Amino acid sequence: MSDAASRPVQVRGEVLSTRRVGAYHHMSLVAPGVADPTRPGQFVALAVGGADTGLVLRRAFSIYRVNSRGVYGGTVEIVFAVHGAGTAWLAQQPPHTPIDVVGPLGKPFALPREPVSATLVGGGYGSAPLFGLAEALRSRGCRVDFVLGAASEDRLFGALDAKRMASTVAITTDDGSSGLRGRVTDALPQVMDRAGTEVVYACGPMAMLRAVSEVTRDRGVTAQCLVEESMACGIGVCMTCVLPVRDDDGVTRMVRSCVEGPVFRGEQVRWDDIGTVPADTYGAPVVAH
Amino acid sequence: MSEGRFSVRTVPAPDRQDEPRYDFRTNLAGVDLPNPVLTASGCAAAGRELEQFFDVAALGAVVTKSIMLEPRSGRATPRMAETASGMLNSIGLQGPGIDHFLEHDLPWLHERGARAVVSIAGGSVEEFAALAGRLRGAPGMVALEVNISCPNVANRGLVFACDPGAAAAVVSAVRDRTSPSVPVFAKLSPDVTDIVAIARSCVDAGADGLSMINTLLGMALDLDTMRPVLAGVTGGLSGPAIKPVAVRCIWQVHAALPDVPIIGMGGVRSGLDALELVLAGASAVSVGTAVFGDPGAPARVLSELRDALAHRGFAKIADAVGFAHRDMPHRKD
Ligand SMILES: Cc1cc2nc3c(=O)[nH]c(=O)nc-3n(C[C@H](O)[C@H](O)[C@H](O)COP(=O)(O)O)c2cc1C
Ligand code: FES
Repeated sequence: MSDAASRPVQVRGEVLSTRRVGAYHHMSLVAPGVADPTRPGQFVALAVGGADTGLVLRRAFSIYRVNSRGVYGGTVEIVFAVHGAGTAWLAQQPPHTPIDVVGPLGKPFALPREPVSATLVGGGYGSAPLFGLAEALRSRGCRVDFVLGAASEDRLFGALDAKRMASTVAITTDDGSSGLRGRVTDALPQVMDRAGTEVVYACGPMAMLRAVSEVTRDRGVTAQCLVEESMACGIGVCMTCVLPVRDDDGVTRMVRSCVEGPVFRGEQVRWDDIGTVPADTYGAPVVAH
Repeated sequence: MSEGRFSVRTVPAPDRQDEPRYDFRTNLAGVDLPNPVLTASGCAAAGRELEQFFDVAALGAVVTKSIMLEPRSGRATPRMAETASGMLNSIGLQGPGIDHFLEHDLPWLHERGARAVVSIAGGSVEEFAALAGRLRGAPGMVALEVNISCPNVANRGLVFACDPGAAAAVVSAVRDRTSPSVPVFAKLSPDVTDIVAIARSCVDAGADGLSMINTLLGMALDLDTMRPVLAGVTGGLSGPAIKPVAVRCIWQVHAALPDVPIIGMGGVRSGLDALELVLAGASAVSVGTAVFGDPGAPARVLSELRDALAHRGFAKIADAVGFAHRDMPHRKD
């Protein structure tokens, strides 16, 4: 894979368009130089709030789609929910608002060399980075199936995109307003049986990723999970975005999700221990007796 | 459509040879730096990540993340909370330990031609001394910054910079183990009643200079869960919100100890912010939290500061250091 070659750039971009999609906002940004090197699973970090803002941290967003051609010199699309002041500001910006963009950032999804059967699991707007991935997988001859879940129908993202790209699409909602009532992991085992899944790609809330990793582990299938830890910088200098990850030698470290991730193999992440420093972590404080 | 409409941001060249109008070099206790803009410890790792955005060797120096003797996992997440014009962090000095630093990080900076101000942290006087011993003679290190003021420790009693005696003990142990050609800067906490007293005891113990300010101890509550936001409960406040505290601390210490060089930091995100710290008495300025919002910030601050100084007619940076004190009664000259 060519991820080593893709080096992020910092560019002054601008808003091309924004629109509502259910409970979410879809934004296209002109960001020259970002689109071309982007691989599925990578993200951008945006400065929010305008000049002299009191919002001092960047906001990280998974890249939904890119277009590296065209008169605008490259566009990047993101999908987000309004969570706080930064995303509220972003959602209100009209076309042509200048936005400082850093990207592409992070390690992309690992793509299989063989044309395997891949199942893509998305929770809420977490599905956004899966569509570029689906295209990449299909161009390698992979079978692609989708499982999309959300709290309710307006929080599903990309069901139509999924139907266009995938062999099958299973939908779940917590309230039953669309598809099966329940969680993605209620549908996942059947989908995997039917599709003969050899690799799962997942993005969504931590609890979902954890549940997906359990299903895949039980079945001996690898899962590539894209995590959304809160990030202050997105470029690896602040150490706020860490989570406990076990490496191939069995050593757990607190690793930065912005540079070592955001994609991790599901079995490497110690999901149950997120929010703690497990006692056997490399460099963990020694408890005094 | 014009090509330049969406131009990629360019970072200013390190030294504009075509503009020799004034001298941007600064001297930190005998060490000449090409300019007075530095990174801040813990906000630039060891420079590698920022190198993607600008040439770190073009800065006055890279101040590296405080390194400890042993590898350290740091604290649990959440480690960060954004606050009005600032942030709280409780990283807990996560790092790879001195062996890794000496093998991988410092050599990288040295090869790049960057100057490193190496920040060290320890839980005891002995640990600080051992770190200084390990670093003795390390190529690329132009100064040591002794972080005696990290607020993210379990026991507030362990913040050396809150006690003049403890601060002095660390500084003199480090000074003893460090080559005379390498100045030792003590990094002070603003969370004290009398920062001048702490500054004085550090200088008496052999500190060649002072860095200020570290973060202020703060806290935020999550109003949905009605619990602390940070896993570590309390954290260090940084960013533009603390700049007035930094200006005050630098002002007081420079007034009392005008010959002691100060590396100023706290809320700098523009050249004008940097100028304010210089006028208060800083001979160099570190850019910390601003990097998180703008990875190009140190290079941008450098070029903005250059313009701000030129605009005010300063022929060299030394003339601007402490300039705001000129008509004050404490200034006898
Ligand atoms: C995330 C983070 C980590 C920090 N880590 C360290 C550290 O390891 N050692 C240190 O001396 N100061 C550390 N600091 C403090 C900064 O170096 C600086 O003194 C402080 O943040 C004020 O400057 P600023 O407002 O420009 O960030 C850290 C600050 C932040 C925000
Ligand atoms: S977000 Fe700053 S290190 Fe990952």
